[in-house]
Amino acid sequence: MPADLRTRIGHLDLPSPILTASGCAGSGRELAQFTDVARIGAVITKSVTLEPRAGNPAPRLAETPSGMLSSPGLQGPGIDGFLQRDLPWLLSRGARTFVSIAGHSAREYGELASRLSDAAGVTAIEVNLGCPDASAAGRPFALDPAAAGQVVAAVRGSARYDIPVFAKLSPEVTDIVSVARACVSAGADGLSMINTLPGMAIDPVSLRPALAGPAGGLSGPAIRPVAVRCVWQVREALPDVPIIGTGGVRTGRDALELLLAGAAMVAVGTVLFHDPSACARIQRELEEELVARGVDRVADMVGRAHQHSGYAAQRHSWVL
Amino acid sequence: MAQADREGAVAPVQVRGTVLTVRRVDAYVAMTVVAPAIATRFRPGQFIAIAVGGPQSAMLARRTFSVHDVRPDHGGTVEFVFLPRDPGMQWLAECRARDVLDVVGPLGRPFPVPRDPASCLLLGVGAGAAPLFALSARLADRVCPTDFLLGAESADRVFGALTARRTGRSAVITTTDGSLGTRGAVVDMLPAVVQQARTDVIYASAPIPVLRAVCALAARFAIPVQALVAEPAMMCGTGLCMGCVLPAVGNDGITRMVRACVDGPVFRGDLVRWDDVGTIPFDALGAPGWKPRPGGPGAPGAPAPPNSSAPSTPGASPAPGATGERSHAG
Repeated sequence: MPADLRTRIGHLDLPSPILTASGCAGSGRELAQFTDVARIGAVITKSVTLEPRAGNPAPRLAETPSGMLSSPGLQGPGIDGFLQRDLPWLLSRGARTFVSIAGHSAREYGELASRLSDAAGVTAIEVNLGCPDASAAGRPFALDPAAAGQVVAAVRGSARYDIPVFAKLSPEVTDIVSVARACVSAGADGLSMINTLPGMAIDPVSLRPALAGPAGGLSGPAIRPVAVRCVWQVREALPDVPIIGTGGVRTGRDALELLLAGAAMVAVGTVLFHDPSACARIQRELEEELVARGVDRVADMVGRAHQHSGYAAQRHSWVL
Repeated sequence: MAQADREGAVAPVQVRGTVLTVRRVDAYVAMTVVAPAIATRFRPGQFIAIAVGGPQSAMLARRTFSVHDVRPDHGGTVEFVFLPRDPGMQWLAECRARDVLDVVGPLGRPFPVPRDPASCLLLGVGAGAAPLFALSARLADRVCPTDFLLGAESADRVFGALTARRTGRSAVITTTDGSLGTRGAVVDMLPAVVQQARTDVIYASAPIPVLRAVCALAARFAIPVQALVAEPAMMCGTGLCMGCVLPAVGNDGITRMVRACVDGPVFRGDLVRWDDVGTIPFDALGAPGWKPRPGGPGAPGAPAPPNSSAPSTPGASPAPGATGERSHAG
């Protein structure tokens, strides 16, 4: 019997826990050439800003061992272009859309959330807290619990009541749980983790930094253990908050690992650059992993690693 | 027309292709992969993106290659040529017949070809010459005379000199060290070749500095250029990663950061801001400090141009005499 991948978070009902991570699915059209976007759990969009943005100069990406360094600089059409072209297209294809938003002040985030609340086809909002805070000398919001909380409160205050708000956290903090708590008490319905880790590479041929940035965010399988640790810690502290686990997921087994650590949904990111049909494959592999373990429903795996081993064994024999 | 061109193109596919042959051609490796779905969709100028290092590879970036040629044997094969420069390409060069590769293609905007016979100059530097031969076959179908101008650092890096001599009306070779043909750069020979061949359109595939020089010279002769870019390096080839951006002017006069992989790799030479490649020009849409013009394109509420994410390229078919509408960028 096939396993049930349906995922319910509050009133959200997704056919699968596998999503595309922000910034890794283009506008959705590029990915749709290789994967049916309606069949994956949801598409998390590239972060949308108020104004169109040209992004950072090239080179923006560099390959690193099992990872990728990137600093695209939020290139995008801005909220107007997004609402005119990208969102209606995703809706027409039957995709569920988590819109990632980015700004330089809590006010900008709030404005974006209220613009999205009037649009059709917004399933949820993901707040990209990795942007530099203009009022804190460019320090990203995600590094300071108070700043992160202010942004989340502004978004929650402006977003329509039935659109869940997820806060995307950075691993670049001493205590991710304190940021998670601040976001949840500011009204976040869920959390998304992790954003990229800052890194840098130097080109041995040009003898210059490999990125124009010159630093960038490290992503890909190289950072998966960091993601698992972050998801684990937050799940341990806040067991009732739904988590989107992100970070180097490449196979169904990787997705299962994040689910076991406590993620209710798993977003596939950098691996899409390597394999544009990865979402469909990971979904299939996850189902196979569940069937191989005799599990009917993916929901039963969420946070399973937190169960006491004795208790888990006992419950398992009792269920059988 | 450019739009029709793009929409007329069929979507790329991701296939598992079996390696048929791996050959050394001078300094280069030429590889043929059985991929019927790609071969039937292919048009000259398009490229493929190959995953390297096996299924659990630590190398996540796909390596992209202009397609040299497609052949109908084995249902359809795709041939490409490369210089194994990094560990990923070295892994690829060590593949043998019957190995299976994950190939995505055909990707990108192909070379537009003239509707009426026109004198075409095909200019290639190093392995950049590879995509020109499929183009020359297509131009021959349209009864366009083709002249070749090929260059490289040394004789073993000139790709396709023999084929160029055999299939072209004329073929001029230049090498930096003078080991084959004329000593010098392709750009030095360009004015003479253009005048002798009465060139109507230039198709160029070369590094960015060469393309910049070619486009500057061509503008002086009022000849349209279709330029195939290989930089900035592509990581995915499919438009997802936003890595391979360069500034190009749209038909609304607005500069945008466009992706070489989906909006190119073939661009109309006068629309790319060659001097600003590697930067964000201050007047590019969304550049720092950029403000929407009230009521102008890109302003909130203004209808977006239909193809605004791409450098719209009117007059994509460089028919002779169609140079009247050309506006020089920058």
